[in-house]
Amino acid sequence: MNEFEKHVSRAFDDELTTLRSHVLEMGGLVEAQCLAATQAYTSGEISTVSDIVETDRKIDVFQTLIEDECAQVIAKRQPAATDLRLILGVTKIVTDLERIGDEAKRIAKGARRIHGEGPKSLPPHTADVRHIAKAAADMVRRSLDTFSRLDTEEARQIIRSDAEVDTEFKAVIRQLVTYMMEDPRTITTSIDIISIARAIERIGDHAKNIAEHIIYIVEGRNNPPAFKESAS
Amino acid sequence: MPIESSAQALVPQISIRNLNFYYGKAQALKGINLDIYKGKVTAFIGPSGCGKSTLLRTINRMYDLYPGQHAEGELLIDGENILHGNVDTIALRARVGMVFQKPTPFPMSIYENIAFGVRMHEKLNRSAMDDRIEWALTKAALWNEVKDKLKQPGTSLSGGQQQRLCIARGVAVKPQVLLLDEPTSALDPISTGRIEELIHELKSEFTIAIVTHNMQQAARVSDFTAYMYLGELVEFGKTDDIFVKPKDKRTEDYITGRMG
Repeated sequence: MNEFEKHVSRAFDDELTTLRSHVLEMGGLVEAQCLAATQAYTSGEISTVSDIVETDRKIDVFQTLIEDECAQVIAKRQPAATDLRLILGVTKIVTDLERIGDEAKRIAKGARRIHGEGPKSLPPHTADVRHIAKAAADMVRRSLDTFSRLDTEEARQIIRSDAEVDTEFKAVIRQLVTYMMEDPRTITTSIDIISIARAIERIGDHAKNIAEHIIYIVEGRNNPPAFKESAS
Repeated sequence: MPIESSAQALVPQISIRNLNFYYGKAQALKGINLDIYKGKVTAFIGPSGCGKSTLLRTINRMYDLYPGQHAEGELLIDGENILHGNVDTIALRARVGMVFQKPTPFPMSIYENIAFGVRMHEKLNRSAMDDRIEWALTKAALWNEVKDKLKQPGTSLSGGQQQRLCIARGVAVKPQVLLLDEPTSALDPISTGRIEELIHELKSEFTIAIVTHNMQQAARVSDFTAYMYLGELVEFGKTDDIFVKPKDKRTEDYITGRMG
Protein backbone atom coordinates (compact mmCIF):
# COMPACT_ATOMS: atom_id res chain seq x y z
CA MET A 1 0.00 0.00 0.00
CA ASN A 2 1.53 3.23 -1.15
CA GLU A 3 -0.85 5.61 0.49
CA PHE A 4 2.05 7.77 1.64
CA GLU A 5 3.56 8.22 -1.77
CA LYS A 6 2.68 10.30 -4.79
CA HIS A 7 2.82 13.74 -3.24
CA VAL A 8 3.44 16.56 -5.67
CA SER A 9 6.71 16.95 -3.78
CA ARG A 10 8.81 13.84 -4.36
CA ALA A 11 11.15 14.86 -1.53
CA PHE A 12 8.18 14.70 0.88
CA ASP A 13 7.45 11.14 -0.29
CA ASP A 14 11.09 10.23 0.30
CA GLU A 15 11.02 11.67 3.83
CA LEU A 16 7.93 9.67 4.76
CA THR A 17 9.32 6.50 3.19
CA THR A 18 12.55 6.88 5.17
CA LEU A 19 10.57 7.51 8.34
CA ARG A 20 8.48 4.39 7.85
CA SER A 21 11.45 2.20 7.08
CA HIS A 22 13.25 3.49 10.18
CA VAL A 23 10.24 2.52 12.31
CA LEU A 24 10.29 -0.97 10.80
CA GLU A 25 14.04 -1.24 11.30
CA MET A 26 13.72 -0.19 14.95
CA GLY A 27 10.81 -2.62 15.30
CA GLY A 28 12.92 -5.43 13.88
CA LEU A 29 15.57 -4.81 16.53
CA VAL A 30 12.95 -4.72 19.28
CA GLU A 31 11.36 -7.95 18.12
CA ALA A 32 14.77 -9.69 18.06
CA GLN A 33 15.37 -8.41 21.61
CA CYS A 34 12.14 -10.02 22.80
CA LEU A 35 13.06 -13.37 21.30
CA ALA A 36 16.65 -13.26 22.58
CA ALA A 37 15.57 -12.31 26.11
CA THR A 38 12.95 -15.05 26.29
CA GLN A 39 15.48 -17.52 24.93
CA ALA A 40 17.99 -16.50 27.62
CA TYR A 41 15.41 -17.21 30.30
CA THR A 42 13.98 -20.47 28.97
CA SER A 43 17.30 -22.01 27.91
CA GLY A 44 19.47 -20.65 30.72
CA GLU A 45 21.97 -19.50 28.12
CA ILE A 46 22.82 -16.12 29.66
CA SER A 47 25.92 -15.22 27.64
CA THR A 48 23.64 -13.16 25.35
CA VAL A 49 22.43 -10.87 28.16
CA SER A 50 25.23 -8.31 27.76
CA ASP A 51 24.45 -8.13 24.00
CA ILE A 52 20.80 -7.53 24.80
CA VAL A 53 21.69 -4.68 27.17
CA GLU A 54 23.99 -3.22 24.50
CA THR A 55 21.35 -3.44 21.74
CA ASP A 56 18.87 -1.62 23.97
CA ARG A 57 21.06 1.48 23.65
CA LYS A 58 20.81 1.20 19.88
CA ILE A 59 17.02 1.14 20.21
CA ASP A 60 17.10 4.34 22.28
CA VAL A 61 19.19 6.01 19.60
CA PHE A 62 16.66 4.94 16.98
CA GLN A 63 13.84 6.48 18.98
CA THR A 64 15.62 9.83 19.15
CA LEU A 65 16.42 9.69 15.44
CA ILE A 66 12.83 8.97 14.44
CA GLU A 67 11.41 11.64 16.75
CA ASP A 68 13.80 14.16 15.19
CA GLU A 69 12.68 13.12 11.73
CA CYS A 70 9.04 13.63 12.75
CA ALA A 71 9.85 17.11 14.07
CA GLN A 72 11.60 17.94 10.78
CA VAL A 73 8.60 16.85 8.71
CA ILE A 74 6.23 18.91 10.85
CA ALA A 75 8.47 21.98 10.63
CA LYS A 76 9.11 21.71 6.90
CA ARG A 77 5.93 20.22 5.44
CA GLN A 78 3.08 21.18 7.79
CA PRO A 79 1.51 17.77 7.21
CA ALA A 80 -2.29 17.48 7.19
CA ALA A 81 -4.84 14.67 7.41
CA THR A 82 -3.29 11.23 6.66
CA ASP A 83 0.25 12.60 6.75
CA LEU A 84 -0.35 14.40 10.05
CA ARG A 85 -1.85 11.28 11.59
CA LEU A 86 1.07 9.20 10.37
CA ILE A 87 3.55 11.54 12.05
CA LEU A 88 1.59 11.67 15.31
CA GLY A 89 1.11 7.91 15.22
CA VAL A 90 4.79 7.25 14.59
CA THR A 91 5.89 9.36 17.55
CA LYS A 92 3.63 7.25 19.76
CA ILE A 93 4.63 3.94 18.15
CA VAL A 94 8.35 4.54 18.76
CA THR A 95 7.61 5.31 22.40
CA ASP A 96 5.91 1.93 22.76
CA LEU A 97 8.71 0.19 20.83
CA GLU A 98 11.29 1.72 23.14
CA ARG A 99 9.33 0.50 26.18
CA ILE A 100 9.16 -3.00 24.70
CA GLY A 101 12.94 -2.83 24.41
CA ASP A 102 13.13 -1.90 28.10
CA GLU A 103 10.92 -4.85 29.06
CA ALA A 104 13.11 -7.20 27.01
CA LYS A 105 16.13 -5.88 28.87
CA ARG A 106 14.30 -6.52 32.14
CA ILE A 107 13.61 -10.13 31.10
CA ALA A 108 17.27 -10.65 30.15
CA LYS A 109 18.49 -9.27 33.48
CA GLY A 110 15.96 -11.44 35.32
CA ALA A 111 17.28 -14.46 33.43
CA ARG A 112 20.80 -13.57 34.54
CA ARG A 113 19.69 -13.38 38.19
CA ILE A 114 17.94 -16.74 37.98
CA HIS A 115 20.60 -18.61 36.03
CA GLY A 116 23.63 -16.64 37.22
CA GLU A 117 24.65 -19.17 39.84
CA GLY A 118 24.96 -21.96 37.33
CA PRO A 119 22.37 -24.25 35.76
CA LYS A 120 19.52 -25.30 37.94
CA SER A 121 16.13 -26.85 37.44
CA LEU A 122 13.43 -24.24 36.95
CA PRO A 123 10.04 -24.26 38.59
CA PRO A 124 7.62 -26.27 36.49
CA HIS A 125 6.13 -23.19 34.80
CA THR A 126 8.80 -22.48 32.21
CA ALA A 127 6.60 -23.87 29.48
CA ASP A 128 3.76 -21.52 30.40
CA VAL A 129 6.07 -18.51 30.53
CA ARG A 130 7.57 -19.55 27.22
CA HIS A 131 4.09 -19.76 25.81
CA ILE A 132 3.01 -16.24 26.79
CA ALA A 133 6.42 -14.93 25.74
CA LYS A 134 5.86 -16.41 22.32
CA ALA A 135 2.35 -14.93 22.16
CA ALA A 136 3.65 -11.47 23.16
CA ALA A 137 6.57 -11.55 20.70
CA ASP A 138 4.09 -12.65 18.07
CA MET A 139 1.94 -9.58 18.84
CA VAL A 140 5.00 -7.36 18.38
CA ARG A 141 5.83 -8.95 15.03
CA ARG A 142 2.23 -8.66 13.85
CA SER A 143 1.96 -5.04 14.97
CA LEU A 144 5.00 -4.15 12.85
CA ASP A 145 3.60 -6.07 9.93
CA THR A 146 0.31 -4.24 10.40
CA PHE A 147 2.13 -0.92 10.45
CA SER A 148 3.83 -1.65 7.13
CA ARG A 149 0.49 -2.59 5.53
CA LEU A 150 -1.76 -0.26 7.56
CA ASP A 151 -4.20 -3.12 8.00
CA THR A 152 -6.83 -2.13 10.56
CA GLU A 153 -8.51 -5.55 10.50
CA GLU A 154 -5.28 -7.17 11.69
CA ALA A 155 -4.77 -4.31 14.18
CA ARG A 156 -8.12 -5.21 15.78
CA GLN A 157 -7.04 -8.87 15.94
CA ILE A 158 -3.92 -7.82 17.84
CA ILE A 159 -6.01 -5.85 20.33
CA ARG A 160 -8.08 -9.00 20.92
CA SER A 161 -4.92 -11.14 21.30
CA ASP A 162 -3.82 -8.96 24.20
CA ALA A 163 -6.74 -10.17 26.31
CA GLU A 164 -5.48 -13.76 25.87
CA VAL A 165 -1.97 -12.82 26.97
CA ASP A 166 -3.42 -11.08 30.02
CA THR A 167 -5.48 -14.16 30.95
CA GLU A 168 -2.50 -16.49 30.60
CA PHE A 169 -0.34 -14.10 32.62
CA LYS A 170 -2.83 -14.22 35.48
CA ALA A 171 -2.84 -18.04 35.33
CA VAL A 172 0.97 -18.14 35.60
CA ILE A 173 0.87 -15.81 38.61
CA ARG A 174 -1.72 -18.01 40.36
CA GLN A 175 0.41 -21.10 39.80
CA LEU A 176 3.53 -19.39 41.10
CA VAL A 177 1.73 -18.18 44.22
CA THR A 178 0.64 -21.75 44.95
CA TYR A 179 4.19 -22.93 44.34
CA MET A 180 5.64 -20.39 46.76
CA MET A 181 3.14 -21.32 49.46
CA GLU A 182 4.06 -24.97 49.11
CA ASP A 183 7.80 -24.38 49.31
CA PRO A 184 9.06 -21.03 50.69
CA ARG A 185 12.61 -21.77 49.48
CA THR A 186 11.40 -21.04 45.92
CA ILE A 187 10.24 -17.53 46.77
CA THR A 188 13.32 -15.64 45.52
CA THR A 189 13.31 -17.39 42.15
CA SER A 190 9.54 -17.23 41.87
CA ILE A 191 9.56 -13.46 42.35
CA ASP A 192 12.11 -13.14 39.56
CA ILE A 193 9.89 -15.29 37.37
CA ILE A 194 6.87 -13.16 38.22
CA SER A 195 8.76 -10.04 37.20
CA ILE A 196 9.68 -11.73 33.92
CA ALA A 197 6.07 -12.76 33.30
CA ARG A 198 5.00 -9.23 34.16
CA ALA A 199 7.48 -7.81 31.61
CA ILE A 200 6.10 -10.17 28.97
CA GLU A 201 2.58 -9.08 29.76
CA ARG A 202 3.66 -5.44 29.41
CA ILE A 203 5.16 -6.23 26.00
CA GLY A 204 1.72 -7.44 24.95
CA ASP A 205 0.18 -4.19 26.22
CA HIS A 206 2.63 -2.08 24.20
CA ALA A 207 1.97 -4.14 21.07
CA LYS A 208 -1.72 -3.50 21.63
CA ASN A 209 -1.00 0.25 21.94
CA ILE A 210 0.84 0.12 18.63
CA ALA A 211 -2.20 -1.54 17.04
CA GLU A 212 -4.37 1.30 18.41
CA HIS A 213 -2.00 3.91 16.98
CA ILE A 214 -2.27 2.21 13.60
CA ILE A 215 -6.06 2.40 13.76
CA TYR A 216 -5.71 6.11 14.55
CA ILE A 217 -3.38 6.63 11.59
CA VAL A 218 -5.82 4.97 9.20
CA GLU A 219 -9.19 5.97 10.62
CA GLY A 220 -8.42 9.17 12.51
CA ARG A 221 -10.10 8.05 15.71
CA ASN A 222 -8.50 7.79 19.11
CA ASN A 223 -9.45 4.97 21.46
CA PRO A 224 -11.98 3.17 19.30
CA PRO A 225 -15.01 3.00 21.64
CA ALA A 226 -15.63 -0.68 20.79
CA PHE A 227 -12.47 -1.62 22.66
CA LYS A 228 -12.91 0.54 25.72
CA GLU A 229 -14.27 -2.23 27.93
CA SER A 230 -11.19 -4.39 27.39
CA ALA A 231 -8.97 -1.55 28.65
CA SER A 232 -10.73 -1.28 31.99
CA MET B 1 -25.19 20.43 4.50
CA PRO B 2 -26.16 21.32 8.05
CA ILE B 3 -23.55 20.78 10.73
CA GLU B 4 -24.58 20.11 14.29
CA SER B 5 -22.85 21.92 17.11
CA SER B 6 -23.01 20.98 20.74
CA ALA B 7 -21.77 24.30 22.13
CA GLN B 8 -24.14 26.81 20.57
CA ALA B 9 -26.71 26.75 17.84
CA LEU B 10 -25.34 27.79 14.47
CA VAL B 11 -27.39 30.39 12.66
CA PRO B 12 -26.99 30.52 8.90
CA GLN B 13 -26.39 34.08 7.73
CA ILE B 14 -26.11 33.07 4.12
CA SER B 15 -27.88 30.07 2.63
CA ILE B 16 -26.87 29.00 -0.84
CA ARG B 17 -29.28 26.66 -2.62
CA ASN B 18 -28.73 24.97 -6.00
CA LEU B 19 -26.49 27.78 -7.16
CA ASN B 20 -25.22 27.63 -10.74
CA PHE B 21 -23.00 30.29 -12.23
CA TYR B 22 -22.07 30.93 -15.84
CA TYR B 23 -19.38 32.95 -17.56
CA GLY B 24 -21.23 33.22 -20.89
CA LYS B 25 -21.86 29.58 -21.70
CA ALA B 26 -19.15 28.15 -19.47
CA GLN B 27 -20.55 26.87 -16.19
CA ALA B 28 -18.28 27.82 -13.29
CA LEU B 29 -20.42 26.71 -10.34
CA LYS B 30 -22.50 23.55 -10.34
CA GLY B 31 -25.37 23.08 -7.94
CA ILE B 32 -23.75 24.57 -4.82
CA ASN B 33 -25.61 24.02 -1.54
CA LEU B 34 -24.03 25.58 1.51
CA ASP B 35 -24.73 27.54 4.69
CA ILE B 36 -22.37 30.25 5.89
CA TYR B 37 -22.88 30.71 9.60
CA LYS B 38 -23.26 33.95 11.47
CA GLY B 39 -20.22 35.08 13.42
CA LYS B 40 -18.07 32.31 12.02
CA VAL B 41 -15.19 32.25 9.56
CA THR B 42 -15.77 30.03 6.55
CA ALA B 43 -12.76 29.29 4.35
CA PHE B 44 -12.96 28.25 0.71
CA ILE B 45 -10.08 26.20 -0.57
CA GLY B 46 -9.38 24.41 -3.82
CA PRO B 47 -7.08 24.52 -6.83
CA SER B 48 -7.10 27.47 -9.25
CA GLY B 49 -10.24 27.60 -11.34
CA CYS B 50 -12.33 25.54 -8.90
CA GLY B 51 -14.88 28.35 -8.54
CA LYS B 52 -14.09 29.55 -5.02
CA SER B 53 -13.53 33.19 -6.02
CA THR B 54 -16.55 33.02 -8.31
CA LEU B 55 -18.67 31.89 -5.39
CA LEU B 56 -17.37 34.75 -3.26
CA ARG B 57 -18.08 37.26 -6.02
CA THR B 58 -21.63 35.94 -6.27
CA ILE B 59 -22.37 36.73 -2.64
CA ASN B 60 -22.19 40.51 -3.23
CA ARG B 61 -23.16 40.31 -6.91
CA MET B 62 -19.81 41.62 -8.04
CA TYR B 63 -20.49 39.75 -11.30
CA ASP B 64 -23.22 42.30 -12.18
CA LEU B 65 -20.44 44.58 -13.35
CA TYR B 66 -19.62 42.18 -16.18
CA PRO B 67 -22.07 41.45 -19.00
CA GLY B 68 -22.58 37.80 -19.94
CA GLN B 69 -22.13 36.50 -16.40
CA HIS B 70 -25.16 35.23 -14.58
CA ALA B 71 -26.21 33.13 -11.61
CA GLU B 72 -29.14 30.76 -11.10
CA GLY B 73 -30.58 29.33 -7.92
CA GLU B 74 -30.96 30.94 -4.53
CA LEU B 75 -28.54 32.92 -2.42
CA LEU B 76 -30.35 33.95 0.73
CA ILE B 77 -28.89 36.54 3.07
CA ASP B 78 -31.01 36.63 6.22
CA GLY B 79 -33.78 35.00 4.21
CA GLU B 80 -33.73 37.39 1.24
CA ASN B 81 -32.74 36.01 -2.16
CA ILE B 82 -30.17 38.53 -3.36
CA LEU B 83 -30.02 37.04 -6.84
CA HIS B 84 -33.35 38.69 -7.71
CA GLY B 85 -33.09 41.39 -10.35
CA ASN B 86 -34.72 44.02 -8.18
CA VAL B 87 -32.14 43.90 -5.39
CA ASP B 88 -30.34 47.21 -4.79
CA THR B 89 -26.75 46.09 -5.39
CA ILE B 90 -25.25 49.25 -3.91
CA ALA B 91 -27.05 48.63 -0.63
CA LEU B 92 -26.17 44.94 -0.88
CA ARG B 93 -22.46 45.71 -1.12
CA ALA B 94 -22.74 47.82 2.02
CA ARG B 95 -24.12 44.76 3.79
CA VAL B 96 -21.54 42.49 2.21
CA GLY B 97 -18.10 44.08 2.13
CA MET B 98 -15.20 42.73 0.12
CA VAL B 99 -11.41 42.88 0.32
CA PHE B 100 -9.30 41.79 -2.62
CA GLN B 101 -6.02 40.02 -3.20
CA LYS B 102 -4.07 43.19 -3.91
CA PRO B 103 -4.58 46.16 -1.61
CA THR B 104 -6.68 48.72 -3.50
CA PRO B 105 -6.49 52.03 -1.64
CA PHE B 106 -8.20 54.91 -3.44
CA PRO B 107 -5.88 57.72 -4.59
CA MET B 108 -6.86 59.92 -1.66
CA SER B 109 -5.96 60.40 2.00
CA ILE B 110 -6.20 57.65 4.57
CA TYR B 111 -9.13 59.49 6.14
CA GLU B 112 -10.97 59.91 2.85
CA ASN B 113 -10.37 56.29 1.87
CA ILE B 114 -12.68 55.30 4.69
CA ALA B 115 -15.04 58.30 4.70
CA PHE B 116 -15.78 57.82 0.98
CA GLY B 117 -17.78 54.65 1.41
CA VAL B 118 -19.48 55.77 4.60
CA ARG B 119 -20.80 58.96 2.91
CA MET B 120 -22.50 56.87 0.22
CA HIS B 121 -24.70 55.17 2.78
CA GLU B 122 -24.99 57.52 5.73
CA LYS B 123 -25.05 61.23 6.51
CA LEU B 124 -22.74 61.83 9.45
CA ASN B 125 -21.60 65.10 10.93
CA ARG B 126 -17.90 65.85 11.25
CA SER B 127 -17.37 64.46 14.73
CA ALA B 128 -19.49 61.36 14.08
CA MET B 129 -17.44 60.72 10.96
CA ASP B 130 -14.19 61.18 12.93
CA ASP B 131 -15.46 58.67 15.45
CA ARG B 132 -16.44 56.21 12.72
CA ILE B 133 -13.01 56.47 11.12
CA GLU B 134 -11.22 55.90 14.39
CA TRP B 135 -13.55 52.97 15.11
CA ALA B 136 -12.93 51.37 11.70
CA LEU B 137 -9.16 51.86 11.86
CA THR B 138 -9.12 50.45 15.38
CA LYS B 139 -11.12 47.42 14.21
CA ALA B 140 -8.58 46.93 11.45
CA ALA B 141 -5.71 47.19 13.97
CA LEU B 142 -4.28 50.15 12.07
CA TRP B 143 -5.26 53.15 14.22
CA ASN B 144 -2.09 53.37 16.27
CA GLU B 145 0.07 53.33 13.17
CA VAL B 146 -1.82 56.01 11.21
CA LYS B 147 -3.57 58.25 13.77
CA ASP B 148 -0.98 61.02 13.29
CA LYS B 149 -1.03 60.93 9.50
CA LEU B 150 -4.65 60.61 8.47
CA LYS B 151 -4.15 63.31 5.81
CA GLN B 152 -1.40 61.38 4.04
CA PRO B 153 -2.28 59.43 0.92
CA GLY B 154 -3.39 55.82 1.45
CA THR B 155 -0.83 54.71 -1.09
CA SER B 156 2.00 55.93 1.17
CA LEU B 157 1.37 53.00 3.52
CA SER B 158 3.15 49.66 3.32
CA GLY B 159 1.43 46.73 1.58
CA GLY B 160 0.27 45.19 4.84
CA GLN B 161 -0.99 48.54 6.12
CA GLN B 162 -2.78 49.20 2.83
CA GLN B 163 -4.57 45.87 3.13
CA ARG B 164 -5.63 46.71 6.67
CA LEU B 165 -6.80 50.09 5.36
CA CYS B 166 -8.97 48.22 2.85
CA ILE B 167 -10.36 46.10 5.66
CA ALA B 168 -11.05 49.28 7.66
CA ARG B 169 -12.86 50.67 4.60
CA GLY B 170 -14.86 47.47 4.41
CA VAL B 171 -15.93 47.45 8.06
CA ALA B 172 -16.58 51.24 8.21
CA VAL B 173 -20.02 50.82 6.64
CA LYS B 174 -20.83 48.18 9.27
CA PRO B 175 -21.54 45.26 6.96
CA GLN B 176 -23.00 41.96 8.12
CA VAL B 177 -20.62 39.93 6.02
CA LEU B 178 -16.99 40.43 5.01
CA LEU B 179 -15.68 38.64 1.94
CA LEU B 180 -11.92 38.26 1.78
CA ASP B 181 -10.49 37.11 -1.54
CA GLU B 182 -6.93 35.94 -0.85
CA PRO B 183 -6.34 38.94 1.40
CA THR B 184 -2.75 38.05 2.31
CA SER B 185 -1.33 36.50 -0.84
CA ALA B 186 0.62 39.68 -1.59
CA LEU B 187 1.83 40.21 1.98
CA ASP B 188 4.89 39.18 3.98
CA PRO B 189 4.51 36.67 6.86
CA ILE B 190 4.34 39.32 9.61
CA SER B 191 1.65 41.35 7.84
CA THR B 192 -0.13 38.06 7.10
CA GLY B 193 -0.03 37.21 10.79
CA ARG B 194 -1.57 40.61 11.63
CA ILE B 195 -4.40 40.12 9.13
CA GLU B 196 -5.07 36.62 10.48
CA GLU B 197 -5.20 37.97 14.00
CA LEU B 198 -7.58 40.64 12.74
CA ILE B 199 -9.86 38.02 11.16
CA HIS B 200 -10.00 36.35 14.54
CA GLU B 201 -10.99 39.65 16.20
CA LEU B 202 -13.53 40.62 13.57
CA LYS B 203 -15.55 37.45 13.61
CA SER B 204 -17.24 38.43 16.86
CA GLU B 205 -19.03 41.17 14.89
CA PHE B 206 -19.03 40.04 11.30
CA THR B 207 -19.60 36.87 9.36
CA ILE B 208 -16.48 36.21 7.34
CA ALA B 209 -15.92 34.21 4.17
CA ILE B 210 -12.33 33.89 3.01
CA VAL B 211 -10.82 32.43 -0.13
CA THR B 212 -7.22 31.36 0.28
CA HIS B 213 -4.62 29.33 -1.54
CA ASN B 214 -2.74 28.93 1.69
CA MET B 215 -4.21 25.82 3.26
CA GLN B 216 -2.46 26.35 6.57
CA GLN B 217 -4.06 29.79 6.68
CA ALA B 218 -7.49 28.23 6.15
CA ALA B 219 -6.69 25.80 8.95
CA ARG B 220 -5.58 28.62 11.25
CA VAL B 221 -8.28 31.22 10.74
CA SER B 222 -11.49 29.40 9.89
CA ASP B 223 -14.23 27.59 11.81
CA PHE B 224 -15.60 25.90 8.70
CA THR B 225 -13.89 24.88 5.52
CA ALA B 226 -15.35 24.21 2.09
CA TYR B 227 -13.29 22.31 -0.45
CA MET B 228 -14.23 23.03 -4.05
CA TYR B 229 -13.11 21.33 -7.20
CA LEU B 230 -14.12 21.93 -10.83
CA GLY B 231 -17.06 24.13 -9.84
CA GLU B 232 -18.48 21.70 -7.33
CA LEU B 233 -18.55 21.75 -3.55
CA VAL B 234 -16.76 18.51 -2.69
CA GLU B 235 -16.78 18.73 1.08
CA PHE B 236 -17.92 21.15 3.72
CA GLY B 237 -17.34 20.69 7.42
CA LYS B 238 -15.72 21.90 10.59
CA THR B 239 -12.15 22.98 9.94
CA ASP B 240 -10.99 20.79 12.82
CA ASP B 241 -12.34 17.73 11.02
CA ILE B 242 -11.36 18.66 7.48
CA PHE B 243 -7.67 19.04 8.28
CA VAL B 244 -7.34 15.94 10.44
CA LYS B 245 -9.83 13.52 8.95
CA PRO B 246 -11.54 14.67 5.76
CA LYS B 247 -14.35 12.43 4.56
CA ASP B 248 -13.76 12.73 0.83
CA LYS B 249 -10.69 11.23 -0.82
CA ARG B 250 -10.42 14.27 -3.13
CA THR B 251 -10.23 16.63 -0.13
CA GLU B 252 -7.60 14.39 1.47
CA ASP B 253 -5.50 14.41 -1.71
CA TYR B 254 -5.69 18.18 -2.01
CA ILE B 255 -4.85 19.15 1.56
CA THR B 256 -2.00 16.65 1.78
CA GLY B 257 -0.49 17.90 -1.47
CA ARG B 258 -1.16 14.85 -3.60
CA MET B 259 -2.76 16.57 -6.57
CA GLY B 260 -0.75 16.07 -9.73
